[in-house]
Amino acid sequence: MSLLTIQDLTVEFPTRRQLFTAVDHASLSVEPGEIHGLVGESGAGKSTIGAAVMGLLERPGRIASGQIKLGGDQISGIDAEAMRELRGKKISMIFQDPLTSLNPLFTVREQLVETIQTHLGGSEAEANKRARDLIDRVGIPDPDTRLDQYPHQFSGGMRQRVVIALALCTEPDVIIADEPTTALDVSVQAQILDLIKELAQERQVGVILITHDMGVIADTTDRVTVMYAGKVVESGTTAQVMGQPQHEYTRSLIAAVPRPTLKLHRFPQISYGGRETRFAVEDMARHWPKVNNDASKQLFEIRNLTKKFLQKRGLLPWDRTYFTAVDDVSFDIRAGEVFGVVGESGSGKSTVARMIAGLYPVDGGSITFDGQLVSDLGNRAVQDEYRKNIQMIFQDPYSSLNPRMRVDEIVAEPIRHHRLMAGSDIRRRVDELLDQVGLGSGAGLKYPHEFSGGQRQRISIARALATQPRFLICDEPTSALDVSIQAQILNILKDLQEHLGLTMLFISHDLPVVRQMCDRVAVMKQGQIVETQDTSDLFLRPKTEYAQELLRLMPKLDDLSTDGLGVEEE
Amino acid sequence: MSDTMETQKAAPKTRMAKLWDSDFAWSFRHSPVAVIASLIVVILVLAAIFAPLIAPYNPFDPATLNLMNGFTPPGTPNAFTQETFLLGTDDQGRDVFSTILYGLRISLFVGASAVLLALIIGVVLGLIAAYFGGWVETLIMRIADVQLTFPAILVAMLIFGIAKGITPPEYRNEMAIYVLIIAIALSDWVQFARVVRGAALVEKNKEYVQAARLIGRGSFPIMFRHILPNVLSPVLVIATISLALAIIAEATLSFLGVGAPPTQPSLGTLIRIGQGFLFSGEWWILFFPACTLLALALAVNLLGDWLRDALNPKLR
Repeated sequence: MSLLTIQDLTVEFPTRRQLFTAVDHASLSVEPGEIHGLVGESGAGKSTIGAAVMGLLERPGRIASGQIKLGGDQISGIDAEAMRELRGKKISMIFQDPLTSLNPLFTVREQLVETIQTHLGGSEAEANKRARDLIDRVGIPDPDTRLDQYPHQFSGGMRQRVVIALALCTEPDVIIADEPTTALDVSVQAQILDLIKELAQERQVGVILITHDMGVIADTTDRVTVMYAGKVVESGTTAQVMGQPQHEYTRSLIAAVPRPTLKLHRFPQISYGGRETRFAVEDMARHWPKVNNDASKQLFEIRNLTKKFLQKRGLLPWDRTYFTAVDDVSFDIRAGEVFGVVGESGSGKSTVARMIAGLYPVDGGSITFDGQLVSDLGNRAVQDEYRKNIQMIFQDPYSSLNPRMRVDEIVAEPIRHHRLMAGSDIRRRVDELLDQVGLGSGAGLKYPHEFSGGQRQRISIARALATQPRFLICDEPTSALDVSIQAQILNILKDLQEHLGLTMLFISHDLPVVRQMCDRVAVMKQGQIVETQDTSDLFLRPKTEYAQELLRLMPKLDDLSTDGLGVEEE
Repeated sequence: MSDTMETQKAAPKTRMAKLWDSDFAWSFRHSPVAVIASLIVVILVLAAIFAPLIAPYNPFDPATLNLMNGFTPPGTPNAFTQETFLLGTDDQGRDVFSTILYGLRISLFVGASAVLLALIIGVVLGLIAAYFGGWVETLIMRIADVQLTFPAILVAMLIFGIAKGITPPEYRNEMAIYVLIIAIALSDWVQFARVVRGAALVEKNKEYVQAARLIGRGSFPIMFRHILPNVLSPVLVIATISLALAIIAEATLSFLGVGAPPTQPSLGTLIRIGQGFLFSGEWWILFFPACTLLALALAVNLLGDWLRDALNPKLR
C-alpha cells in the first residue's frame, strides 16, 4: 500500500475578482523509500500540493475536493489540532531556504532535542543521543561541537543538512522537500541530493521532491509527476517520462533544458499554452550601424583587475580589513564573440562584470575598450562615449525595472540621457524597439508589474539595445526564469549576437547554459581565474582539477529525450 | 500570469473606473473606520476652507461683537439681547461655533504646512544620506539622533523663542504663525529622514538603480527620478500620522501661550482661553474646541493607520 495517496485534489484560492484554482484534480502516490519528483514551472501548483499535504495552505486557500491519505487514514479535512499532531511527526518538510527555516536564537541541539521530545517523548539524555546520531548521519563533521553552535555558524549546505536532520528526527513516514537545493551551489546541491536519496532508501521514507529543475529530477527521483497550470499532465517512472515524454507540454519542457553535452543552434520553439512571441531581430538589424568585427582584434583587454571590499570599518587605515573579491584577473574579449565567466556564488564573477560596466571603481589593474582606457571613471568624455557602447542585462527581472516608471519611459531613458534623438523620434524609436522584442508597441503605456518575468526580461533587452551598443554584459540573465522562458531569452541573445554583431560577456553559474551560449569561457574560483578555454574544449578536456570537479557535479541529463533538437556541428 | 491577462481584458476602462476597481480603493470601501474617518476629515477641512461663508459671525470683527452677549450658554437665548448661539459665546460675546471654524483654519494650515516642510527637509536629507553614505550620512544621521534626544515640544519652544527674539516687535503677531510652522517642522523632520534613509538603502541596491547608473545618469536624477518614487508610500503614511501630531503640537504650543496669537486664535488658543472658565460653569467655551481638536486628530490618525495597513502588502 502506498504511504501517501493524493486523489483528485483540487485547491482553490477565492479572491475578490475570481476563483483561482491552484491545483486542479491532481492525483499522485508515494511508496516507501521512493523519491517522487513534482516538477513544473512557477505557478504550476506544485508547492500548493506540498502545502495541502502539510495542512499549511495559506488563507484563503482551501481544499475544494479530493482526498489526501497517509497510510490509509484520511488526513485532508481533519481538524487543526489533529493535523498539528501529524505534522512534524508523520510528515515533515524541508524548505528552500535553510537560513529562514531554522530559529537563529537556539542552538542546533536545542532545536533538535525540543522537536524529539515534543513528538517522541523520552528523557533528555535519550533525545540528546538521538540528536547527536542524526547530526552525524547527515554528514556534519565533528557533531559534538557543531551541536552546540547556532545556525548562523553553519554554511548554507551544512545548514540544509541540519534541516534534514530536523526533518528526520521524529522518524516521519513522508518528507516533503520544497526546492531543497535551489538556494545552494552546484557542488553542495549534489551532496544534499545524494544524502536525501540515501536516507530515503535507508529509512524507507517516502519523499516528495518539489523542484523546477529537470536536472535534479533526472538525477534524483524514481518517479515523476509533471504539472502545468494546476493539472497533472504526465506521470510515470523518471526514465520513462524523461526519455519518452508523451505529453506535448512535457516534450516542450524537456526540449528547453540546456544540455551540457550538446550544443544547440537554437532551442526548439515548441509553444505550449500560446506563450510564444515573435522577436524581430532582422528588423532591428536593418537599422543597426554596421560593425566590422575583426575576430583577430581584441575588443576588451583586461589586465590584473583587482577589487577589494571593506570588511571592517575603522577610522585609521590599519584598523580596516578588506576582502579581496577579485584578485589579479586578466583576460581578453575578442570582437564579436560571447565570452563566458562561470563560477560558484562568491567567486567574484559578478564583481568583474560590474567593474567592466563601470558600476564599481577598480582597485587595481586596467580595462581597455577598443584601445581606450575606460577603468578611469574620472575621465568624463571617455566615460560618456563608453557608456553608449556598453549595456547590461541583469539577473532579476523583478528588480531591474523601476516599478514606478512606465515601460516607455524606462526604454527611453538611455536615449534621452545620451541625447541621441529628440521629441517624437524618441517615441517612435521606443515603440519600434518594444515591437521588435515581441511586446507590441502598446506595452509602453503599462507599468513593469503588469508583465511576467520573461516579458520583463524582454523590456530589459529593449532598454539595453536603445543606444545601439556594441557590447552587452549579461549577468545571469536567465537564472530567475522558468526553463521554457530561459530557452526563449537565450535564443534572443543568440540572435542578437549573430545578426547585430554584438560582443557579449556572459556571466553564469549554470554550466549547460554556458555551453549553449559561449565561444570561450573563464572559470573563476575565489576571485581568481583558474582556467580560460574554448567552450567545447573546456567541456571535453578540462585542464584544471577545479574545472573537472565542476563538470563532474553538473547534472548529466543523458537520459533526457533529444527529440527535435537541432544540434550544432562543432 | 492571470494578472496580466486581466489587465488586458480591462484595458478600455477609464482612469476613474480603474482607480475605483483597484485593490487600494477596495480596501478603503471595505474599512468602515477609514470611510468614517475620511468623512470627518473632509467635513472639517471643508468647514475650515469655507469658514467665512459658513460662520454666522466674524468673531474677529469688533464691529459685530456685543459684550452683552458674553457667556451665553449653547442653544439658549441670551438674557439681555435674546440672541441664540448654537454653541454659546465666550466672555467677549464671540460665537463659539464661528471661533472654532476660524480656529480650525489656523490649526489645519499650520499643521499641514509644518508637515509639508518637515517632509521636504526629511526626504531630501534622508535620500542624500542613503545615496552618498560615508561621512555625509554619518553627519546627517547623528544630527537627527541628537535632535531625537530632546522632546519635540522643547525643540519647537526653543526655536519659537529664538525667532521671537530676532523678529522686530511690530511684525511679531504676523510672523507668529510662520515661526510656528518652522518650529514644528524642524522638530518633526527626523522621522521622515530616518524612514526615507532606511527605504532608500534597500532601493539603492536594486538592479534598476544600477541600470540607471550604467546608462550614465548622475546622482541627483537617480535619487529623485528613480529612488524617490519608490520610497514614497511609507512617507505618505508618516505624513498622515504626523499631521495629527503636528496639529496637536500646534495646539500644545498655543495652549502654552507660545503659539498662535490671540488675534489669530487656533484651536489650541481657544482651549487655553476656555480652560479659565471651566470651573466657573461656562464649560462650553472649552468643551467644543476641545472636541473638534479631538475629532480631527483622531480621524487623521485612524486614516493614517488604515493607510499603513493598505500600503503594506504583508498585512493584506
